[in-house]
Amino acid sequence: MMYRVLCTLLAVGAITFAPTLTRAQSGPLRIEITEGVIEPLPIAVPDLVAETAGSAEMGAQLARVIAADLTGTGLFRELPGSAFISQIGDFGAPVQYADWKAINAQALVTGAVNVSGNQINVKFRLYDVFSGAELGEGLQFSGTVDGWRRIAHKVADVVYSRITGEGGYFDSRVVYVSETGPKDNRRKRLAVMDYDGANVQYLTGSEDIVLAPRFSKTGDRVLYTSYETGFPRIYVLDVGSVQQRVLENNVGTMSFAPRFAPDGQTLVYSVSQGSNTDIYSMNINSGATTRLTNTPAIETAPSFSPDGGRIVFESDRSGSQQLYVMPAGGGEATRISFGEGRYGTPVWSPRGDLIAFTKQSKGRFHVGVMRIDGSEERLLTASFLDEGPTWSPNGRVIMFARETQGADGRSTLYSVDITGRNLRAVRTPEGGSDPSWGPLQP
Amino acid sequence: MKLRTSLLITFAALTLAACTNPNRFGGGEGGGDPFANGANGAIAGSVSDPSSPAYFQQAVGDRVLFAVDQSTLSPEGRATLDGQAVWLLQNADYTAVIEGHADERGTREYNVALGARRADAARAYLVSQGVPSSRLQVVSYGKERPIEICSDEACYGQNRRAVTVLAGGLSS
Repeated sequence: MMYRVLCTLLAVGAITFAPTLTRAQSGPLRIEITEGVIEPLPIAVPDLVAETAGSAEMGAQLARVIAADLTGTGLFRELPGSAFISQIGDFGAPVQYADWKAINAQALVTGAVNVSGNQINVKFRLYDVFSGAELGEGLQFSGTVDGWRRIAHKVADVVYSRITGEGGYFDSRVVYVSETGPKDNRRKRLAVMDYDGANVQYLTGSEDIVLAPRFSKTGDRVLYTSYETGFPRIYVLDVGSVQQRVLENNVGTMSFAPRFAPDGQTLVYSVSQGSNTDIYSMNINSGATTRLTNTPAIETAPSFSPDGGRIVFESDRSGSQQLYVMPAGGGEATRISFGEGRYGTPVWSPRGDLIAFTKQSKGRFHVGVMRIDGSEERLLTASFLDEGPTWSPNGRVIMFARETQGADGRSTLYSVDITGRNLRAVRTPEGGSDPSWGPLQP
Repeated sequence: MKLRTSLLITFAALTLAACTNPNRFGGGEGGGDPFANGANGAIAGSVSDPSSPAYFQQAVGDRVLFAVDQSTLSPEGRATLDGQAVWLLQNADYTAVIEGHADERGTREYNVALGARRADAARAYLVSQGVPSSRLQVVSYGKERPIEICSDEACYGQNRRAVTVLAGGLSS
């Protein structure tokens, strides 16, 4: 069910620009996320105006997804339609700022939708109500009707971006492991979904155990581990064609924990041989491999820095699981984790400034972040079993898996802001684990 | 009903002899797969026949257990493996896959590597007792295939294991 979406980003003609951008940056519509938001910003998202017969329902659905994206960040609070004084019946008519100010809407998103056959066109504008001006210019997106949710996500990304000054993350997908069944008979298969849990598509069957899928930087391919041969082996899967192939099949060894380099041509992964597990890199085209670590310890869960120059990984060479950074070609590794407990599954942030990790301490599991030198460690979550963080494309949000305790334990995907606020379950049709967040889609 | 049961056992024996895929064998342990060669599954032969896989599993003991985050064999574990080595030397037609497992109190990738350490500890000990290494393979399931599902030490202790799963004979 890979729907085709051909979104185009076009300035809507004859729409006036906001008078000055400095006004917006110093005005009430600026959310400075890093300073910590206590009170979510009130926003109104009326149903988009139907420009063609029969597109009213689509206008309402688009508004719901846009609003859900924005309120889902924890930075916005949606004003209910029942509170509106003004109705938006004409996308081109002047906005009655006083009516929106009266209900304390600080931001207003208006839009119009045109459905023609299989094609959909959406126009929208963002208003800074208290400044009485548009924030940025009007935009329009076009695509196929079955990709309507992507268009809503794109609108929400623009709104989020203009108000926070950060890149968006709503028009993105997550590959993960979909799980059913009890702990002693769990069935796992690869799945890909929109970031909000919609449009789930299964990529493999559940005959064989599959683990830890990882998107390429562009989201076109997925690396993962499968027991299809009876032993853990690394595979690459093309998301478009759903064709997959094994990357390494050496008898007497096991390979797992693969992850792409930013160049999309190199991957790093672990090989277990005998009692030892080390990290290797591979050129995905030639299959040529290079050994990057060489100790008797367990070295696994490697992740590249965004510039491809370094790798963060976990090793128990000190006697317990800890985090280390080494050059991408191997060589001397520097330990970065020194807190109490065990650290694993490090993932470099897309901005390059933070490492997300899983921490085990005093019988609890946490997802946390630290700077790349290990300083300023901050635990974001705590539970019986939290594990496996992945970064949103803008580096603001982390998704991970939480397994509940006991015989009826079940694994569910969650997201949390890197401030530690806004912990939310991601609704998926089945249980979920091992998420990997892909890029913002073009 | 009696006929069905005996047919089932016969089929299980055929499956056991024909299949060398450890995922089929050990993967479904305790999960209700009637052909699984696991703690609760049917298994070929009678426990009263010392050359049967059932005897190996139940009388000799097919598994050794490990302490938290450890892969060191305990005295009990070595004694079990001594018995396995004797049996494997006497029943030279069998190969084996040693499955390493971890409890759920660890991260996924680390537990795969830890399971590999445990399986290899059992493999190395069997080889030291004279079992040809060509007859032994190892696989780690990490924390993916627990046999006990409670979330306390009573279960975790059973899940931290290396299980020697007999596979198709060399001559078959």
